[in-house]
Amino acid sequence: MPDGHDLFMCPTHTDRERTLDICDLSKMFGGLRAVSDFTMSVPQDGLYGLIGPNGAGKTTVFNMITGIYEPSDGSIQFAGKEINGLSPHVITLAGIARTFQNIRLFQNLNVLDNVRIAFHQHAGHGLLEGITRLGRFGQRERVITESAQDLLAVFGLQDRQFEIAKNLPYGAQRRLEIARALAAEPRLLLLDEPAAGMNPAETEELMAMIHFIRDRFKLTILLIEHQMRVVMGICEWITVMDFGQVIARGTPRDIQNNEKVVEAYLGTQVGRERLHAS
Amino acid sequence: MKHSITKWSLRSVVWLIYAALAVGILWGVLYIVQLNGPTFFFQALLDGVRLGFVYALIALGYTLVYGIVSLINFAHGDVFMVGAFASFYAITQYGWGFVPAILFAMIICTVLNVVIERVAYKPLRDAPRIAALITAIGVSFFLEYFTALRWVFGADFITYQRPFPVVVWRFGGLIITNITVIIIGLTLLLLFVLQYIIKRTKMGKAMRATALDKSAARLMGINVNGIISFTFALGAALAGAGGVLFAIAFPQIWTFMGLMPGLKAFVAAVLGGIGSVPGAFVGSLLMGSIDVMVVSFVPMGSRLRDLFAFLVLIIVFLVKPTGIFGEPQSEKV
Amino acid sequence: MRLRRAIPTWLPTLLVAILLFVAVSWAKSTDRITVYWFQVIQLAAITAISALGLNLIYGFNGQFSLGHIGFYAIGAYGSALVTKDYMATWSGNPVGALSWMMAAQLGLVAVLGIVSGLRIGDRRKTLHAWATKYVLPHEARTITAVASLLMLMVIVAIGAAIAWVAQKALLALLVATLLRLSQETAQPILFALALLNGGTMAALISYLVGLPLLRLGSDYFGIATLGFAIMVYTALQNSDMVIETMKGARGMVAIPRWTNWGWVFAGLVLALILMRNLIYSSHGRAIKSVREDEIAAQSMGVDITRMKALAFAFGGFFAGIAGGLYAHLYGFLHPSTFSLVRGFDPLIIIVFGGLGSMTGTVVASAMFALVIEGLRVVLPQGFEDWRFVIYPVLLLLVMLLRQQGLLGTNEWGWLRAPLPPERDIPVPARQPGTPQVVTASVEEEISHA
Repeated sequence: MPDGHDLFMCPTHTDRERTLDICDLSKMFGGLRAVSDFTMSVPQDGLYGLIGPNGAGKTTVFNMITGIYEPSDGSIQFAGKEINGLSPHVITLAGIARTFQNIRLFQNLNVLDNVRIAFHQHAGHGLLEGITRLGRFGQRERVITESAQDLLAVFGLQDRQFEIAKNLPYGAQRRLEIARALAAEPRLLLLDEPAAGMNPAETEELMAMIHFIRDRFKLTILLIEHQMRVVMGICEWITVMDFGQVIARGTPRDIQNNEKVVEAYLGTQVGRERLHAS
Repeated sequence: MKHSITKWSLRSVVWLIYAALAVGILWGVLYIVQLNGPTFFFQALLDGVRLGFVYALIALGYTLVYGIVSLINFAHGDVFMVGAFASFYAITQYGWGFVPAILFAMIICTVLNVVIERVAYKPLRDAPRIAALITAIGVSFFLEYFTALRWVFGADFITYQRPFPVVVWRFGGLIITNITVIIIGLTLLLLFVLQYIIKRTKMGKAMRATALDKSAARLMGINVNGIISFTFALGAALAGAGGVLFAIAFPQIWTFMGLMPGLKAFVAAVLGGIGSVPGAFVGSLLMGSIDVMVVSFVPMGSRLRDLFAFLVLIIVFLVKPTGIFGEPQSEKV
Repeated sequence: MRLRRAIPTWLPTLLVAILLFVAVSWAKSTDRITVYWFQVIQLAAITAISALGLNLIYGFNGQFSLGHIGFYAIGAYGSALVTKDYMATWSGNPVGALSWMMAAQLGLVAVLGIVSGLRIGDRRKTLHAWATKYVLPHEARTITAVASLLMLMVIVAIGAAIAWVAQKALLALLVATLLRLSQETAQPILFALALLNGGTMAALISYLVGLPLLRLGSDYFGIATLGFAIMVYTALQNSDMVIETMKGARGMVAIPRWTNWGWVFAGLVLALILMRNLIYSSHGRAIKSVREDEIAAQSMGVDITRMKALAFAFGGFFAGIAGGLYAHLYGFLHPSTFSLVRGFDPLIIIVFGGLGSMTGTVVASAMFALVIEGLRVVLPQGFEDWRFVIYPVLLLLVMLLRQQGLLGTNEWGWLRAPLPPERDIPVPARQPGTPQVVTASVEEEISHA
């Protein structure tokens, strides 16, 4: 294994600085084990992919990283600190932002406000300053607005800043969601199926965009995708999940040739049965 | 070794706390029982349960309707009031007996509730939920103030005449009247009928399907509007019977009598876990017992009973937010 | 957009406000409106202040509250106790009640400050995690609960001590300042303090009630707040058991009638300024994001619990101030004013005016008063009972015809969202990295395998 640790071992040493270390993470829903003993570590500045067929537990992992679900067991370390059990907003402040599989914009607010909200915790002004319009209010508000507009410009949304979010076309909504996540100033960006519902041309553009924002904002990106095409194209390192467990990890080339992955993906009857039997 | 010392000291602390709690509760119960003698205590408990049975009849209507259209039907308590008045007129004006009177009340309430549903709620089915809720409040006002008009029921308290003489049995010091027997028996009968309709009949199956997923139910060929009307009708029939029983037990009726019992029954339904039939039943028994127990044992209890009833609601919410039988809900992310 | 910038948005709003104030004052002074209608106008403005608070809670923050009337009541009695004490001392000192209530609030704030300062919540979690390692889950829960209860008792004791000391200090301060002044000078100051006292009392209680209950969400929160309002109502009916002056179900009498059109108008204007500034600030946007999508808001770093409690406390504050103004309008308070039936008024107003519209709330309050009181005038003799029969019918019609309310979420004039200054937004030239574009062969490879 090139990363220096076994598939099912928790990371114990580092050979490249890691941003995210997940160890033996499990999640039970009632009696159902949605994720079991999930282990993964994401290197700094990497573009990391988490793939797997529908229902494999990818989004559950994301929800645990961002604190929306509390893990039943295991640990999640971000930049050397344990974040398991913290509230979602605290985790976001620590430097993790995300997008959602089915877009979750602030639908009835305009595009600019959607982005400006994400500045609230780290660049907002005090409550009294807001009510009285004194102190830092004017200066902070200008900084927030301008940063938000600059971010919108990166995603080609600068001319739609006063449009209501729900009226945007689908592709623009996806871009807005990424812009909003970036406004939280993350060091790690989690993208949940960013290419869902996109046609090949849009997907191509999205891939270029992901590369671009990683370089521009100096980010580590972890993305979920089940379109092989996207992941194989841009990810440097991939973890594959099926039935809540890691079944493979490696470079795109390793993954392509991994028999288990192919089985899980193509879902051949033989493959499924063998997986169940094991 | 150190590990087990911590473990056992922690455990002993916990069990000390439990023991203290148990002693405290036991002492409290014994204190209450001996306060006015055990007879008084059991009499209060019996009265509480009896009131709870009446609440159950109202609570079921709330729970059924909420389960199927997620609407807090504020007008339900007033339908209950109409039931009491309908039986009053049947008995005093037309001289009907108990059984025809209660059937008459149930039919009147059913018709009334179905009309309310068709006129006020159905046009708002696709509107924001708050619109339907405001409408429900409006309907409730309408029923209260319209029936309070001089030529409808009038705004005064009216003494309700029971259609049968009260028979009293004594067991030790415990007083049981035929009213108690009738309330408990009739409520249980209606509950069984309701349970049969929901679990065994085709209509009941369709109701449960509609409650789970309206559009899927429609695709399966279920007449969703019909089912919703049917649910309102069922709830109203129970409330009508409840109104008659309430009036027999507390023979003072007026057009605002539905407000507090309605609210308390609704709270009982929420206590039990809204949408759940057994939940509504258990919640109602709890609510009725608390009501009577507070009046009997808390100093100034008769003035503070509402305070305690809602205090219990808030405590239950804090401990188990979806009620005793409610299922925890979580949003799909 | 250009045109709108030519006239500053506050100018027409200011003109309308001045016009309204002058018109009503003039109409009153020349007896063009009766005292009755003058009271109705003032009551409408007071209701508007309270409804603005509910709109912040429900319209902007999305928390369905049915208990607003409870906070209105708390504000009414909270301020009436202060002014009545000043006029006809019932607590032993003309400013005794004020000092006690303010000190109690200080103590409460101190308790809250200590709890959040020592991060008791986090410590609880740590303790629970530690205990879980050694004993069974339910045992760990019990230990945590009892430990936090003990901790809380200590903190409350400290808070009580602070309140006790603060009361002495406040009393001395008030005696030395306020009581030295002549009655004419002291009266408006005291009235303002009384209103503020009612407002902060309502705000603090709503914060305390809101913190645990706001987790419930949607209908459950609505029912819990409804329960709270009924509890307040029942408590007020029996208030004479604790404080004689409140007179319980007999109604509190002889409250100085200090509320006049000037106070009411100033109250409404200040409430609007406060609300508008809050809504269009960083906190206001966070408050709105909670309404839109709680999970997304959390994931953007918004502390939703804090934002909900904040909006709820502000809403309670508005209701409290409005209650105080109400108490001094008629000089008489009765628990039945705060019963559930009246409790739905603010909710009906904000839904009618448009959830999330301040303009709508103000307009709807005026129209609401006009309809309710107007029916009294329009209906012929002997048909007064029909007022509350016609009113729900009108309500039904409005709901059927206009579900989004009068104004939806639209605002007028200065209440509109301020536009950011125009600027040329620099568009970065994108130099796409070199994505290793997937070749079709990869997918083929997979499908062939």
